[in-house]
Amino acid sequence: MSMTPVPSTTDKALNVADLIAGIQRPDFNIISSWVPSGAHVLDLGCGDGSLLDKLRRERQVTGYGVELKDGNVQACISKGLNVLQQDLEQGLTWFDDSSFDVAILSLTLQAVHKTEDMLREIARVGKTAIVSVPNFGYWPHRLAVLKGRMPVSKTLPYEWYNTPNVRVLTIPDFVQLANDVGTRVVEQVVLRDEKVIEFMPNLRGSLGVFKLIQQ
Amino acid sequence: MSKGLNTISADAGVVGLEQHVEPQVMHFSAPLPLASGASLRDYHLMYETYGTLNAARDNAVLICHALNASHHVAGVNEKGERGWWDNMIGPGKPVDTNRFFVVGVNNVGSCFGSTGPMHTNPATGKPYGADFPVVTVEDWVDAQKRLMDNLGIAQWAAVMGGSLGGMQALAWSVHYPSALRHCVVIASTTKLSAQNIAFNDVARQAILTDPDFHGGHFYEHGVVPRRGLRVARMIGHITYLSNDAMAEKFGRDLRKGDDYSFNYDVEFEIESYLRYQGDKFADYFDANTYLLITKALDYFDAAREFGGDLNGALAATRAQYFIASFSTDWRFSPETSHELVKALVKNKRKVTYAEIDAPHGHDAFLLDDPRYHNAVRAYFNNIHIGGVA
Repeated sequence: MSMTPVPSTTDKALNVADLIAGIQRPDFNIISSWVPSGAHVLDLGCGDGSLLDKLRRERQVTGYGVELKDGNVQACISKGLNVLQQDLEQGLTWFDDSSFDVAILSLTLQAVHKTEDMLREIARVGKTAIVSVPNFGYWPHRLAVLKGRMPVSKTLPYEWYNTPNVRVLTIPDFVQLANDVGTRVVEQVVLRDEKVIEFMPNLRGSLGVFKLIQQ
Repeated sequence: MSKGLNTISADAGVVGLEQHVEPQVMHFSAPLPLASGASLRDYHLMYETYGTLNAARDNAVLICHALNASHHVAGVNEKGERGWWDNMIGPGKPVDTNRFFVVGVNNVGSCFGSTGPMHTNPATGKPYGADFPVVTVEDWVDAQKRLMDNLGIAQWAAVMGGSLGGMQALAWSVHYPSALRHCVVIASTTKLSAQNIAFNDVARQAILTDPDFHGGHFYEHGVVPRRGLRVARMIGHITYLSNDAMAEKFGRDLRKGDDYSFNYDVEFEIESYLRYQGDKFADYFDANTYLLITKALDYFDAAREFGGDLNGALAATRAQYFIASFSTDWRFSPETSHELVKALVKNKRKVTYAEIDAPHGHDAFLLDDPRYHNAVRAYFNNIHIGGVA
């Protein structure tokens, strides 16, 4: 229940070894570094439970994943995780205000229709919210559009007609929305694959990870 | 029929496809106090076991039965009947009897061997009939607890049930928090809706107003209130199926030809099916048991003793939960499971919830559905056994 002091990104987040270990999903290592040990967490759109499993090992968290797809739910159960099968679009009515130390949306927000509501809700149920999003402002994406085609990349790995992503956004777009719904970005890391991009992140980074608190 | 008391023999063994299982009986001479204020003295429970209790005695799973089921959960009994949850329980099945020692128990008040209305009332020397005391889900759990104690099991690895059985599993976790590690509640609810109680009462009225009911003492008259039982079952059966499942199976098909016959004989296929189900039920089920069990359903409310506060009711629980519901179950809808999930989440309990998108309605919990069975299998695979205690 009680939350340990949140470690700052400067001393923990950017451990190179961690980043390389999470080569499939580089945002997982940033997220893990931001989750206090023993935290009660909610992972929305938790997929096959890989992140929760990692957080359980590295941060000894309790809490739940929320997932809609049968195969993913079964994968979570097989990992011994607590998973709740539910459609995120129906809102987070199962969860009380500030009932989780950390609420997480890793590469999920862009796949939700009610984007603004979802961001408000995650900030409501989590004392801290962590959100990662693919960055449409990444220069190869811009180039693809310039050439007249929709971009396909590691962080946008779908064709326009079969993508689960219903929203495309850039890093500044996200920060704007986060402010608009009454949250404040307290940490921000932009990645390209495993690499942290500090210089011109909206152009050079393909994935943004944000830590938010309610204002 | 019985193998005697407290037998946990290796030959109860593994439930092979063709291997017969024998029911066992356990007598209890200490009176069982009931929620109604009455008590049941000198009663017995029928049960079956499958698999082997391990040395640590921590691999026992209790299966609680639904309305018209019994202790015969898995395998084939001496009459050649397959257990009612045989697709779920057995060697290599989702609840794997190669790992778990599974106990199926028949509740008091039932007509499948445990002390019930057809048995002799020690106070009168005649069958109980309508004088059999009204029992609740919690009373059943109390009776099962004594069975557990006599079997030498200190803690169930899991208590599992569907529908009315799920209510018993939930009641176990509330009333005996330390007696189980996992609570598996499938297609169930924390309390019936007004609509559910209404259906139950229509079914009861069909029985109570049957001229052959004789105030519940029909045994003495050598008759059975068949008409009432038939109607009761027909009503129940409609509620166990979804509209889609019924439409797909029967539609508006006529039994003979294409023309209407303009009378009240069996004409549509669905009528034929329901009457067949009703007749079959009237052949084997006891009217007094039907009244008792539907009343136990109506009375169950996990939050009632806690002033209606479900969160409070679950505050003392210690088990981990697996909850499952089925999308087309309108009798115990997913929304009723959501209430339970919400209250468990509020209490920060370990809970997993699967909502199976199945077309079959309430009966889906008894059917083969790979998504459902795989989820149960995955859950049970993670139940730790072999010397925790």
